[in-house]
Amino acid sequence: MTYLAKPKLLRTDAPKNSLGYTRRDYEGAISTLCAGCGHDSISAAIVQACFDLDIEPHRVAKLSGIGCSSKTPDYFLGASHGFNTTHGRMPSVLTGAALANRDLTYMGISGDGDSASIGIGQFAHAMRRGVNMTYIVENIGVYGLTKGQFSATADKGSKSKRGVVNNDTPIDLVALALQLGASYVARSFSGDKEQLIPLIKGALRHRGPAFIDVISPCVTFNNHAGSTKSYDYVREHNDAVNRLDFILPRDQINATYAPGELRRIVQHDGSILHLRKLDSDYDPSDRVGAMNHLQERHALGEIVTGLLYVDSSAEDLHRHLNTVEKPLNQLGDAYLCPGSKALDALNASLR
Amino acid sequence: MKPIHSTNDFVIKFANVNGSGSASANEMFARAIMRMGVPVAPRNIFPSNIQGMPTWYEMRVSAAGWLGRRGGCDLMVAMNPQTWDRDIAEIEPGGYLFYDSTKAQPRSRFREDITVLGIPLTEICNREYTDARQRQLFKNIMYVGALTALLGMDFSVVEKLIADQYRGKDKLIDANVNALKLGYEHAMQNLSCPIGLRVERADGVGKQIFINGNNACGLGAVYGGATVAGWYPITPSTSVIEAFGSYCRKYRTDPDNGMARYAIVQAEDELASIGMVIGAAWNGARAFTATSGPGISLMQEFFGLAYFAEVPVVVFNVQRGGPSTGMPTRTQQSDLIACAYASHGDTKHVLLFPEDPYECFTLGAQAFDLADRLQTPVFVLLDLDIGMNDRLCQPFDWDDQRRYDRGKVMTAEQLEAGKNFGRYLDVDGDGIPWRTIPGTHPTKGAFFSRGTTRNAYAKYSEAGTDYVYNMERLRRKFETAKKMVPAPVLKPASQATRFGAIHYGSTSPAMAEASALLEAQGIHVDTLRVRGFPFADEVIDFINDHDVVFVVEQNESGQLRMLLLTEGEIDPKKLVRVLHYDGTPITARFIAGRIGDALSEHKVTPIRKQVAS
Ligand SMILES: Cc1ncc(C[n+]2csc(CCOP(=O)(O)OP(=O)(O)O)c2C)c(N)n1
Ligand code: SF4
Ligand SMILES: [Mg+2]
Repeated sequence: MTYLAKPKLLRTDAPKNSLGYTRRDYEGAISTLCAGCGHDSISAAIVQACFDLDIEPHRVAKLSGIGCSSKTPDYFLGASHGFNTTHGRMPSVLTGAALANRDLTYMGISGDGDSASIGIGQFAHAMRRGVNMTYIVENIGVYGLTKGQFSATADKGSKSKRGVVNNDTPIDLVALALQLGASYVARSFSGDKEQLIPLIKGALRHRGPAFIDVISPCVTFNNHAGSTKSYDYVREHNDAVNRLDFILPRDQINATYAPGELRRIVQHDGSILHLRKLDSDYDPSDRVGAMNHLQERHALGEIVTGLLYVDSSAEDLHRHLNTVEKPLNQLGDAYLCPGSKALDALNASLR
Repeated sequence: MKPIHSTNDFVIKFANVNGSGSASANEMFARAIMRMGVPVAPRNIFPSNIQGMPTWYEMRVSAAGWLGRRGGCDLMVAMNPQTWDRDIAEIEPGGYLFYDSTKAQPRSRFREDITVLGIPLTEICNREYTDARQRQLFKNIMYVGALTALLGMDFSVVEKLIADQYRGKDKLIDANVNALKLGYEHAMQNLSCPIGLRVERADGVGKQIFINGNNACGLGAVYGGATVAGWYPITPSTSVIEAFGSYCRKYRTDPDNGMARYAIVQAEDELASIGMVIGAAWNGARAFTATSGPGISLMQEFFGLAYFAEVPVVVFNVQRGGPSTGMPTRTQQSDLIACAYASHGDTKHVLLFPEDPYECFTLGAQAFDLADRLQTPVFVLLDLDIGMNDRLCQPFDWDDQRRYDRGKVMTAEQLEAGKNFGRYLDVDGDGIPWRTIPGTHPTKGAFFSRGTTRNAYAKYSEAGTDYVYNMERLRRKFETAKKMVPAPVLKPASQATRFGAIHYGSTSPAMAEASALLEAQGIHVDTLRVRGFPFADEVIDFINDHDVVFVVEQNESGQLRMLLLTEGEIDPKKLVRVLHYDGTPITARFIAGRIGDALSEHKVTPIRKQVAS
């Protein structure tokens, strides 16, 4: 719990959103993670994003794998159903859940071990399939829950707390997501809520696979000198390409932008992404350009953050499967069972 | 040697090369016999290969309706030079060999004790056709024509079958009928027709339908209300999903807008398949997967999650020969243990054992009710023999009054009314807790599912008392399941007897014929067909009521026997193994032989000499 303390007593003057909920209504159980763990900041950002977006908590399903990061869905949105699945396999469970009821909002929370090591296959295929979800990896470059071993996102040359140097090439989940067809791709830093919260909002209101890689320092096992995922290192090397302001259709737009500074993207549901450019050449609708940019900056040791790619007209898995509008889990017997007459005809054709 | 004489009761085996188009000709021949009212049970024995390897098609013709494999072969249609020697060796003394006599064969390649029937099929084909593919395909039709003559069958029945099969394609009809005639007439003119084996019109087929178990499973999933399927291709289960897909397109396409009332996703592997199924089922849809041995192995961790988090999933396991890649295109019943106790820790799962396509449909549909009611994985264990072979069975039926049993799902109204909700609380004493579907109520009923231990209110807990409460409840739930799985089917012998035999699944028709063979020798055995696990009390009572019980199954280690021993706390000496596991379906003669031998060895039965081979 780094910046969002849970008040034990509800203040009567606590701000309410248009559903009449306070931020407290979006919180969950008390976190059991280490004090200062970046994961808690991400949970807090999720709480804020859902509160701001007036999302009904019970219309969200939150799923995760196994790890410190994957525990966090217990610590936000206590009124949502959650599913802490098995290590590396959240994407398939989320996919199935999303097939069963297309009307809920699906949030997948994972770790770098969970998604880039044991679960890289499921990560890849969920992106390919176009599952409508917000997929957040809380990326610390190590396995937190099993006490600090390198994960597959650890940078080459990065040093572990015990002084071991990682020699393996890192996997960049953002690069993978771009290649595999995610239609909203971002990277952020758990220590930068100003950047993170709007990115989560944009993702939640995106149709299709939205992926956010959040560098989230592990204060216990990976926050030392020589680590490339420490608070200090990430702050020094954070190379944001843009800043996002997320705007609901009903919101008034107050901010003023210098000419040429802004890029405006309207998502399928009318929500608006205002992107203030920090890197004037960066074009978030150019997938290949985004991949090149990432590679170039990574070679220089920089961590590219911001909304890296968005395709606001993307279609999702349900569209591909042409499933009915009504959620499959709500179709009654009459819609599902062809009945005895159909069976008689079928029997006749089998003689 | 006197040639075998038998009407409407014999075994024909076709030895072919796969990819040569023989399968459809052979199947047509089987159908022709059925159209004459004589039951036929055909079985494909095929390689894990697309073209060029040996394949066999064995047909049990039986007016009495024995649909299992009998054992032995009365007429071999030897069309594959590669397997000639073993095919010849397999013919019963007094049996018949039909072959392509285009190339002269030395006498040493035949047997003295069989009747040899040669027709120069290749020569005729080469004379009649120029196109290579036509030569191949019509050669198959031509031997069907010859067999029609040799077995004294009605030519017009086969002719009509061709007309039905190619309805609207007159050219094809003419060409096929012509090939059929060529074979028929050549046999009539050059061989003495009919031989001792004959097919005569009978009335043994009636209303029965002819379909394979995998198609029936797919249909059962449609009728059972499944809407989500996640899967990964693997023989011999692939066609379960293909059938589900085609029945869904037929029955589950919204008539107003053409949209799908189902979702089928081909996953990247079996882990993802079962993961999707678990996700969908957790979220309130009926969901299933179909797989075979290696897929079951991959899914183990997830089975444990579904068991412990209590998610109702259905798994069709079309068993094949194991271990490992094993015999991918051969049949076995060797995944019982892998399914019954699937996953690490103390797990136990509900298993159903259909005997034929009819039960694949009924138990397949019922599996979804059971899974929802019990909130646990349910495995439908069939095997390649039932799954991939068309089989005569009773027509499918469905009671339109029947409603899906979605089990204990708490509604928004019940939550609103203040009903106590503890996800893992045993409020009804049957071990089955209540669940809520995500999205039900704004403030009540949400819970966090996990594979880790928790208290009755789904809160993470490492307290021993919470863990034990939960495990004991799961045991109670399994006890409840005993009364819900389909009851075993008892077939008493014609006389009271101290001997029993337990069997399950695809062994059923061979067991039935074996019982008749044994009865004919004065050996009486009560048989019990187990249809589900956990075992109903009747199963254990049956064992207690007999002195010796044979457990007949198609695996090497006696897996049902192991389950009976552990779950029923039975004295191992009482349960005698009868095991058939070479990858071919078990035969009536094998079962009768083993049981007959055992009883005469133990001098526990009036000594009568052995049954035939
Ligand atoms: C199949 C399996 N193998 C190993 C483990 C042990 N395990 C638990 S968490 C974890 C690593 C988690 O790392 P990550 O996903 O990065 O999460 P973090 O704790 O770093 O947030 C491992 C290896 C497991 N739970 N399941
Ligand atoms: S070990 Fe690291 S990742 Fe896990 S809770 Fe502690 S700080 Fe967070
Ligand atoms: Mg990690």
